[in-house]
Amino acid sequence: MSDERKAPAAEYVRRLDAGHLAYQECRDCGHRFHYPRISCPSCSSRAVEFRDSRGLGTVYARTVVHSRNEPPYNVVLVDLDEGFRIMSRVDGVANDAVQIGLRVRLKGIEPGRDGVMPAPVFQPAEAR
Amino acid sequence: MWSLRGRMAIVGVAEAGLGVAPKGWTPMDVTAEASLRALADAGLSVRDVDGVFSASAYYQMASVELAEYLGIKPRYTDSTQIGGSSFMTHVEHAVGAISAGLMDVALIAYGSTQRTDSGRLVTQAKPFAYEEPFRPRHPVSMYSLVASRHMHQYGTTREQLAEVAVQARAWARLNAAAFERGPLSIQDVITSRMISEPLTSRDCCLVTDGAGAVIITSAERARDLKQPPVYLLGTGTAHWHRHISQMPDLTVTAAVESGQRAYARAGLGPADIDTVQLYDAFTINTIVFLEDLGFCRKGEGGPFSANGAIAPGGRLPVNTNGGGLSYCHPGMYSIFVLIEAVRQTRGECGERQIKDVEVSLAQGNGGVFSSQITLILGNGATV
Repeated sequence: MSDERKAPAAEYVRRLDAGHLAYQECRDCGHRFHYPRISCPSCSSRAVEFRDSRGLGTVYARTVVHSRNEPPYNVVLVDLDEGFRIMSRVDGVANDAVQIGLRVRLKGIEPGRDGVMPAPVFQPAEAR
Repeated sequence: MWSLRGRMAIVGVAEAGLGVAPKGWTPMDVTAEASLRALADAGLSVRDVDGVFSASAYYQMASVELAEYLGIKPRYTDSTQIGGSSFMTHVEHAVGAISAGLMDVALIAYGSTQRTDSGRLVTQAKPFAYEEPFRPRHPVSMYSLVASRHMHQYGTTREQLAEVAVQARAWARLNAAAFERGPLSIQDVITSRMISEPLTSRDCCLVTDGAGAVIITSAERARDLKQPPVYLLGTGTAHWHRHISQMPDLTVTAAVESGQRAYARAGLGPADIDTVQLYDAFTINTIVFLEDLGFCRKGEGGPFSANGAIAPGGRLPVNTNGGGLSYCHPGMYSIFVLIEAVRQTRGECGERQIKDVEVSLAQGNGGVFSSQITLILGNGATV
């Protein structure tokens, strides 16, 4: 079977497990997107292929969830430089410093568990 | 070209079990109660109903279950479940079905006992696999993300968001059926328990019980019924995304498109609307929908609605029942948005009635600013 016939989510998770945040690019119209699909949501072409992101992006929107049972944690939407957007979290910095426009880079992939997908997590771009 | 303008009318509306339902009543009990009351309001009986529409977080085959409960054997049925907007979407579906000769009298009904059951939103929505690991609190965190972007991009302030809740409360204080009628200040909203920044518990809709029902039929059939018909002048549906991470621009909803469709079908524009009823699950909704439906320019919803502009006596009457923020919110709210639009258009709202209403607009919202439905209603002077 050709690469395109693999289950999209399985290939995405395989790449996450290898430490990469993947997106798909359409060979016909050039559209780049996330989450993994069998066809391009811009032009319907099935000629879509996986690429690994460089992991650099900018915070597009942010919130901090407050709960009675645990410390507050941030939830962000990140615009990756390749042109796709994902939900994530920014670690290694105070929640108040996680603001829109913050440049971030991929910190790593948190393993999935109990049927929850592995999670690409970010940190401020200037962090070492 | 065939036009729906004025061909269908809403002829009966009712709520039941608002706030806290009678002890031991099931969601279907309150739904049936609202249905019977709406039929009585119309001067019709259960035997007149041949189309049943419902959606529910409790009942998967909601319209089938409701028909069984009430002893209806319908020839048209629809359990379309696209979030809180579903019941207003049912209206558009009913218009199509009646126009096609598939049915004559539609009952659209919803009920929930979520406050009694758990004190929190009852939902069947499963987390989206690509968002689930980050544990956003569904659905408030998604609306918080929108609020954060709107504040960043347009300078919308924390106080402007709070004032939406304060003005909704001012309307609720004129509505004996509203759940929360105590005084509320901007400071109260800002200092309430933080849920998901920037939104506090007072930026969020209530968690109540309650049921609502609406009866719709053709304009011909409506003529000799009990209530003055409220005509459908325009409808518009649109959705562009399901999940917040897929929403193209967090500050612009598909209400832009649903609104344009409804205005075009009605032959009207924002300046013709006498009352505006919006699905205000969160304070940011009111601001974004006022922009997307053309009452002000994009980004100006905060200043436009500030300083009492949408409160009683303000320049634009918005959410005159007190909204999901102060009147009731039993999980899926659009049926109540529609009921208030009908009542204002009939002119039966008592203390909170707007003078000389001919046209009302109702906006239904489902998911996370996902499914949008706009309905424009008019009284007999408009057709």
